[in-house]
Amino acid sequence: MTGITENIWQAKTVAQRAAEALPESVWFALGYMVLGVVGVAAFIAVLGMGLIYAERKIAGHFQCRLGPMRVGWHGIFQTVADTLKLLLKEDVVPAQADKFLHILAPLFTLLGTILVLAVLPMSPIVHVSDVNIGVVYVGAVSGFGVLGILLGGWSSNNKWSLLGAMRAGAQIISYEISATLALLVVVLFSGTLRLSEIVESQAAGWWIWRAHGVGIVAFLLFFIASLAEINRTPFDIPEGESELTAGFHTEYSGMRFAFFFLAEFINMFIVAALTATLFLGGWMPFHIGDFAGFNAIMDMIPPGLWFTGKTAFLVFLIMWFRWTFPRLRVDQLMRLEWKVLLPIGFANLIAAAVVVLFNFYFFPVR
Amino acid sequence: MSVHITTLDDRVRLRQDDSSPLSTQEYFVNMGPQHPSTHGVLRLVLKLDGETVREVIPVLGYIHRGIEKMGEHQSYRQFVHLSDRLDYLSALINNWAVSMTIEKAANIELNDRIQVIRTLMAELQRIQSHQLWWGVFGMDLGAFTPFLYGFRDREIIADIFEETVGARLTMNYIQPGGLMYDIHPGFVKRVKAFLQYFKPKLAEYETLLSGNVILQERLRGVGRMDGQTALSIGATGPVLRASGVPLDLRKSEAYGSYGKVAFDVVIGKNGDCWDRYWVRLEEMRQSMKIVEQLIDNIPEGKHMVMKPAVKIKLPEGCYYNQVETARGILGVYIVSDGKESPYRIHLRTPNFNNLWAITETAANWRLGDLVAILSSLDVVVPDIDR
Amino acid sequence: MDSANLLTAVAAAEPNAKPREKADRAAVQVPVGNLSALMKRLRNDSTFAFDMLCDHTAVDWSEQGTFELVYQLYSTVHGHYLMVTTSVPRVSPIVPTVREFWRIAEFQEREVYDMFGVLYDGHPDLRRLFLEDDWKGFPLRKDYTDDFMLERPE
Repeated sequence: MTGITENIWQAKTVAQRAAEALPESVWFALGYMVLGVVGVAAFIAVLGMGLIYAERKIAGHFQCRLGPMRVGWHGIFQTVADTLKLLLKEDVVPAQADKFLHILAPLFTLLGTILVLAVLPMSPIVHVSDVNIGVVYVGAVSGFGVLGILLGGWSSNNKWSLLGAMRAGAQIISYEISATLALLVVVLFSGTLRLSEIVESQAAGWWIWRAHGVGIVAFLLFFIASLAEINRTPFDIPEGESELTAGFHTEYSGMRFAFFFLAEFINMFIVAALTATLFLGGWMPFHIGDFAGFNAIMDMIPPGLWFTGKTAFLVFLIMWFRWTFPRLRVDQLMRLEWKVLLPIGFANLIAAAVVVLFNFYFFPVR
Repeated sequence: MSVHITTLDDRVRLRQDDSSPLSTQEYFVNMGPQHPSTHGVLRLVLKLDGETVREVIPVLGYIHRGIEKMGEHQSYRQFVHLSDRLDYLSALINNWAVSMTIEKAANIELNDRIQVIRTLMAELQRIQSHQLWWGVFGMDLGAFTPFLYGFRDREIIADIFEETVGARLTMNYIQPGGLMYDIHPGFVKRVKAFLQYFKPKLAEYETLLSGNVILQERLRGVGRMDGQTALSIGATGPVLRASGVPLDLRKSEAYGSYGKVAFDVVIGKNGDCWDRYWVRLEEMRQSMKIVEQLIDNIPEGKHMVMKPAVKIKLPEGCYYNQVETARGILGVYIVSDGKESPYRIHLRTPNFNNLWAITETAANWRLGDLVAILSSLDVVVPDIDR
Repeated sequence: MDSANLLTAVAAAEPNAKPREKADRAAVQVPVGNLSALMKRLRNDSTFAFDMLCDHTAVDWSEQGTFELVYQLYSTVHGHYLMVTTSVPRVSPIVPTVREFWRIAEFQEREVYDMFGVLYDGHPDLRRLFLEDDWKGFPLRKDYTDDFMLERPE
């Protein structure tokens, strides 16, 4: 019993805690499991609302207006009110739609995001489960999202939805290649697939700058490809409001629309968090090699804050893009992937292999 | 004789090619009447091959109000009100077109003050219309922020209009025989303040949208229309000028006070979406130039040369007159039988003619390009349907 | 060309064309049989070079029992205007199409068909433009009535 309370500040995942508590008490183990699940679910709800509020405020200020101002102080409860409205609205399923798939699709999309959140190391203690093939797992599970989008678009029995779904399918699958190539660069650097170890491997400096340009190219590739994977502007052609009305979720309303919407925002967070984890050190403070004094000062800021700060910055960047850029065209989008990003990705991977082979980092640690 | 009356159903029938089991199928999609980028109740029936547009069939009439028929039952003064409702973004210029036709027919001489104020108002209206177009154009290409920038700046002109006219959208200000009211005492000051304000903002427009590589990729070479096609399709205004035909009635007819001011007719080279975009941005600059030259030189005089209560009767005959609105040539054709209301009144609206350019330019471009092309034509649907 | 010269030139090109009275610009009236030939000449002859059909509409002269079809032409090369009119009987209003000379005529003619019921010979796609395909009657005809019409003030 005391062991559990003492352990609370030790760097462990919730899954590990559950495993350790199991011999002592089944109830504690179960408690940890419930904590993990409920934690992720609550996190998604709160984070979704927070991000939507942030997006609306940021968009407002970009556009010389204030954004939501009425519900609560500076409109802080606006998204709560919106969520309630969406939950209470009638859930319309078109008569000609494939009902089962139509209802299932938003759940698939949301499932993909939940499963990724479970393995994200947000700080040494806030980490639900540390999978030993974390990177591969993330790549595989985030593919669920496209399944939901394809199903949703197809089952709606609407030509605009179908067009949106087909666009999404082509786009997400194409860009997954570039994202994975960029991800492999970090795997090469850190020599592990485990996300927590990738974070720890950056104790001497983040991968974005430690690898003589290879890191930053991989970072840009990953960020651009991930933006395309989550359908954010300038790659938001599956929704393409002015082209396809709303793309794959044209026929969704009420709560099911809210699921798609929520998944989109959580995906944005996931991309930012993953980019931060892989290239910006995750919860690792800003360290420079063996400058112990400097590193000690940086260590005074708690890891949770580092993670939040980096992620928030990247989220802001994504929102900034959205409120500035026009949208690409379908064929231009494909050209960008197959003719530009993919060759760069391969070249970069080879360059990374050379860097790793000769241990040619700033501050090599091994 | 080969008169054959068709219906829309005939038009959208597909010829199925079953010769090969691998053949793909074209399909029809309704874009509109409720669609975010048709800006109103325009319906385009698209024949698509995957994402590629094969044919565009505009289907009109969703906001047909029979303005021409109404005109036959109204006095000439009453009809000016209806002209607001055509192209509501150039309401003042529409008023002017109708008023000018009536004045020419009835031989009403106007003083300089009226002409200068009309010209000023028309140019402000043109800037305002192009501002709105710029914002909407950005939104159609997926950038939402320009929309609000455009509206922000448009608001200032709307305020200027409101002060003098009392209305912000449907003005009904320019009347046969003069203007409804004299200008507000603060008009000159506010217009000057606007010019000061808007010049740097126009540069901001360029940095936000024009210089963007994605925008350039989306617009350059897309939806090309050469000058001959543009003339044949009857396109006018920025659409025609972007195709390299320097037809601007402000220059060639020099009505109002346009003869007294220096400005350039902006023309494009290729007639693609980018040229249409660029021509409109440049036209805003030219309009500001015109306003600048006139704003300090508003002559003294009456704002009305004819009492508003006087009934207008035109001599028997037919009269056709045109002005250059923000979107092109608005022609008013009046046939009078000497009575108080026209025997027949017909409006040659710029958007009606410009719209059909979509049937010439959009084929074999993608769906996203269709939106860009449609937006670059800048159609206002009530003006098409009348 | 100014309007006097233009009228002379048109009269030389088409002897059947007579000046139309009571118009505020150069205007000629041709029999419907000569319309197509005259329009072709006006479009292609470099002395006229009317490359733009500004407007096409009709007027219902119900007392005379005719439709007057009005074509407003403009030349961007020479900068001159010409109004061409032709009359067809109300009972059998058939006119040749001028679509092959100006593309826009296809749509302007569809509007005239929609509103007046004028039939265009050789038109590729003659159908209603604003009204529904099954609409009864032609609204801009003077004798058109429905339940919502206003009376014309005298």
